[in-house]
Amino acid sequence: MRLKVDITGKTFRSAAGGTQEVLAPVSFALQSGEVGVLIGPSGCGKSTMLRIILGLDRDFGGHVSRPPEARIGMVFQEPRLLPWRSVEQNVRLAAPDVTDAKLAELFRILELEAHRSHFPGELSLGLARRVALARAFAVEPDLLVLDEPLASLDDALAGRLRDEIATLVASRPVMTLLVTHSLDDAIRLGDRLFLLSPRPARIVREVPIAIPRAERSESELGRIRAELAALQLESK
Amino acid sequence: MLRLVSFALFLAIWWIAALFVGAAKLPSPPAVLDIIIAEASNGALFLHLGATLARVALAFVLAMSLGSAIGYLMGRVKLADRLGDPWLILLLNLPALVVIVLAYIWAGLTEAAAIAAIAINKLPTAIVTLREGTRALDRSLDEMASVFAMPRWRAFRHVVLPQLAPYIAASARSGLSLVWKIVLVAELLGRPNGVGFEIGVAFQLFDTPRLLAYSLTFAAVVLVIETALVQPFEARASRWRPREA
Repeated sequence: MRLKVDITGKTFRSAAGGTQEVLAPVSFALQSGEVGVLIGPSGCGKSTMLRIILGLDRDFGGHVSRPPEARIGMVFQEPRLLPWRSVEQNVRLAAPDVTDAKLAELFRILELEAHRSHFPGELSLGLARRVALARAFAVEPDLLVLDEPLASLDDALAGRLRDEIATLVASRPVMTLLVTHSLDDAIRLGDRLFLLSPRPARIVREVPIAIPRAERSESELGRIRAELAALQLESK
Repeated sequence: MLRLVSFALFLAIWWIAALFVGAAKLPSPPAVLDIIIAEASNGALFLHLGATLARVALAFVLAMSLGSAIGYLMGRVKLADRLGDPWLILLLNLPALVVIVLAYIWAGLTEAAAIAAIAINKLPTAIVTLREGTRALDRSLDEMASVFAMPRWRAFRHVVLPQLAPYIAASARSGLSLVWKIVLVAELLGRPNGVGFEIGVAFQLFDTPRLLAYSLTFAAVVLVIETALVQPFEARASRWRPREA
């Protein structure tokens, strides 16, 4: 399976009547088993790009081809849970085929066992984010889209969830697209990093990381980090 | 407990007022109770109450289902909203009496005419309430349902309907009180039975005890339905909201 993004541009009509360019031409492709990471300044148009890729926004120039049968798991920036359904129902409604065993495992990994029958209004933001992750994983997606999934979580939990994302990505052939501000998340999870410019967003540079995720040692991570820092200075 | 006190106070004021005004204009509570018991034991009370309740139920269900569907459509589809809006304003401002009289003239003094007239009176408020509810739907949850490829019906039932529930409850409640009021007028004007018909007869004979007997029994039934059906539905629809401990 392959996701191919070929956007030629996207403009918004502002309330004042003028037009505003949000996306410059952007194109990249993603294979099964690959994690692509979009890194860019706030407001550069990342979320717009995701909405286009997910098919929520059809008013753009260019073309996005994604296998029509691809199951999508999405973690939005806000948890977007149904407040009137319990945690377990929220997951099951999005993933009706999930087995009891799989669900139990997900809830164990994400430490949600005690909250199965709670309503989202009774959860902290951190917990709600974990439910959103459980929901995205439960559908066993072919395309996993994560929009800053680890924001506002404490470091220890963020680290554990990052490992869980890595495990999931390794366990089945899934195309993953991660949007993040955290360089650390990007180099620990990503296979290819796409550095984006400020609005209108275009890909300034594509940085492949050749070393498999599991074998990246701290020293190598440090080297990649330094490289990236140099690149970002250069592009400014 | 507080409700009982309030009810007792109502009876006391009534009784005292009856002593001052005289039995011809305002009969005392026991006198009215006598009539209620007499009418209940010969079956007439239940016959008339039953006829009225059946009309209320039919007209209410008709107006609620049709009104909700139209309101949802108008909230979702801009074209439907543009086309429907002038009609809606006309219906909202049309006096109930006009609708009832016209219905009887055009469709005859029939059951169908009565029920249709009552339903048409309630229809526009149901449409307006549901249209507002539909406009207030959370787009971000729609997007979630669409990304996770939820089938239409499942998304409607679990994503849309719970958001509309408070609006449906509000429209049911205000609609029910409207239907209660209008059904009696429709019966008074063109039906041979029902509480409205009985009140019309009592009015012609200046039979105040009879008039009060029917109106109060009717009010009691309304109260019971309100507390036994409408309020529990509202509570159920909002049970997920976190409550103060």
